[in-house]
Amino acid sequence: MTAAHNPAARNPLAALWWVPRGIIFGPMAFFIFGPLFNLLIWTVAEKWYFPYSLPLEYGFSSWARVFAPRGGAMESLTNSLVVALLTVVVSLLLAIPAGYALARLKLPFRGLILLAFLIPQAFPNLTVYVNVARIFYEIRLNGTIPGVVLVHVSHGLVYAVWIATAAFSAIDAELEQAARNIGAGAFRAFLDVTLPLAAPGLMASAIFVFLESLDEFTGSYFVGAPDVNMLPLLLYTTAAGGNYQIASITALLLLVPSLVFMLIVERFLKADVLSRVGH
Amino acid sequence: MPKRLLGLLLVLPALAVIAFLFILPLIMSAVGAFQVEGAFGWGNFTKTFDLYTKDIIFTVVIVSLSTVLIGIASIAIGGYLTLGEHPVAVAILRWLYRWPMFIPFIVVGQILRTFLSKNGMMNNTFINLGLMTPLDAVSFLDWRGIVIAFVWKQTPFVALLVAGAMASINRDTIEAARNLGASRLRLLVEIVVPQVAMTLTVGLILSFITMMSVLSVPLMINAQSPTMLTADIAFRVNSYGDYGVANALGLISLVLAASVAWIYLRASLKERA
Repeated sequence: MTAAHNPAARNPLAALWWVPRGIIFGPMAFFIFGPLFNLLIWTVAEKWYFPYSLPLEYGFSSWARVFAPRGGAMESLTNSLVVALLTVVVSLLLAIPAGYALARLKLPFRGLILLAFLIPQAFPNLTVYVNVARIFYEIRLNGTIPGVVLVHVSHGLVYAVWIATAAFSAIDAELEQAARNIGAGAFRAFLDVTLPLAAPGLMASAIFVFLESLDEFTGSYFVGAPDVNMLPLLLYTTAAGGNYQIASITALLLLVPSLVFMLIVERFLKADVLSRVGH
Repeated sequence: MPKRLLGLLLVLPALAVIAFLFILPLIMSAVGAFQVEGAFGWGNFTKTFDLYTKDIIFTVVIVSLSTVLIGIASIAIGGYLTLGEHPVAVAILRWLYRWPMFIPFIVVGQILRTFLSKNGMMNNTFINLGLMTPLDAVSFLDWRGIVIAFVWKQTPFVALLVAGAMASINRDTIEAARNLGASRLRLLVEIVVPQVAMTLTVGLILSFITMMSVLSVPLMINAQSPTMLTADIAFRVNSYGDYGVANALGLISLVLAASVAWIYLRASLKERA
């Protein structure tokens, strides 16, 4: 470090730099946390109307209504969790063999196959969901949980396959070879050696798929509604009906898992796996 | 070769999901756009341009404006993270900018809807700070609200990519220019940004396509005319069961997204040549 890099030691006026920094960071913090703080207030507002800038009464009656057994919100919450968990299971069942093959076996058109999983993210997908809903209507999958799960799987598969591929290619192939040499079958060696080593990376891909499914709106809107109610749909209908308390609590329920996972995902997604994603 | 065959068999189920649940419906939508009551024709497109020309322009303008703003903001954030000299200030920014990234679009729509409305927290705060009078308060829940929502949600994603690319630039050129007395702004514009141009373009194109397909934000913030094509498609299907015009609108948004991706492909081919 040269003196030029540490002006504070040299120049007492350097503290004045905090004025322009504050002028930029302050409003930035307001625009990032203001809406989030506003959401928190709405979840506990009992009475709040114009022209008051803060609620007149606070309380938890909206929470009681959301979590009431017949509230409808519990149904959406259960549906959302069931769909998200099933989406994770189906995606991993598809992605583990695919990722292993893409990482270890010599595949023709490997690059093209990897790219194919990106397609659902690379096109505006609204018109696709409209037509999926038409196909599902013909084969009676529309408005069913398996139908919604399939739509979410097609969307989340890129995370599952790409991260699984990266996780498998970050593992030393010789470890599996060693197990084969002492007499383990190919499947045994995979189950006992490779799969446990890839587990943190697979966990990360499961987290991404879970979040994608939990937050997905468009596909659930066309394929699920109105028979399968999910949290994002509940949020949309309650907000459209002007019930900001229920809408805000629903939004909070969707928000918290995303923020928690953001904080812990780095623990599962190590740099050696991350640097191989998409290769 | 059995090993190759085994590999293909392992990949096949996952590929089949993409083929049947994405590519097939995509083709159906392209074909359906040209089908009018069982026969092929341009009918859906004449109807689409009659009804929705304004919304097509509106969508292009909104998404392009948002993309430009996201680009500027991410260069500013990435640039400060790379060239900023005060470690505490850099740490504050690094902690601050990422928050909206993982927040779902539907939640972004809801929280900005309450934040930006006429009596929302933003106007209230400005009034309480004495920056404006209650009479000046206006609702931002129109095209501005959609742009703010897009920039709010997408900037962290592009900034993360750009900051990552900037961090891996060779520091020597930066130090050399700094020693020659170049200002930080000049360093950013003339040395740092050209070296991350490709990453920036990829991030912006992904954002462009994402914004083209988001339904929840226009539905939550401004569903009145003029609105975005996604809201029109949903309306066409739900209110009229009119798949022809919906597919035509879908194909138009596909062409818009493809033309942006084309710019990227041309640039990347030029770079490799």
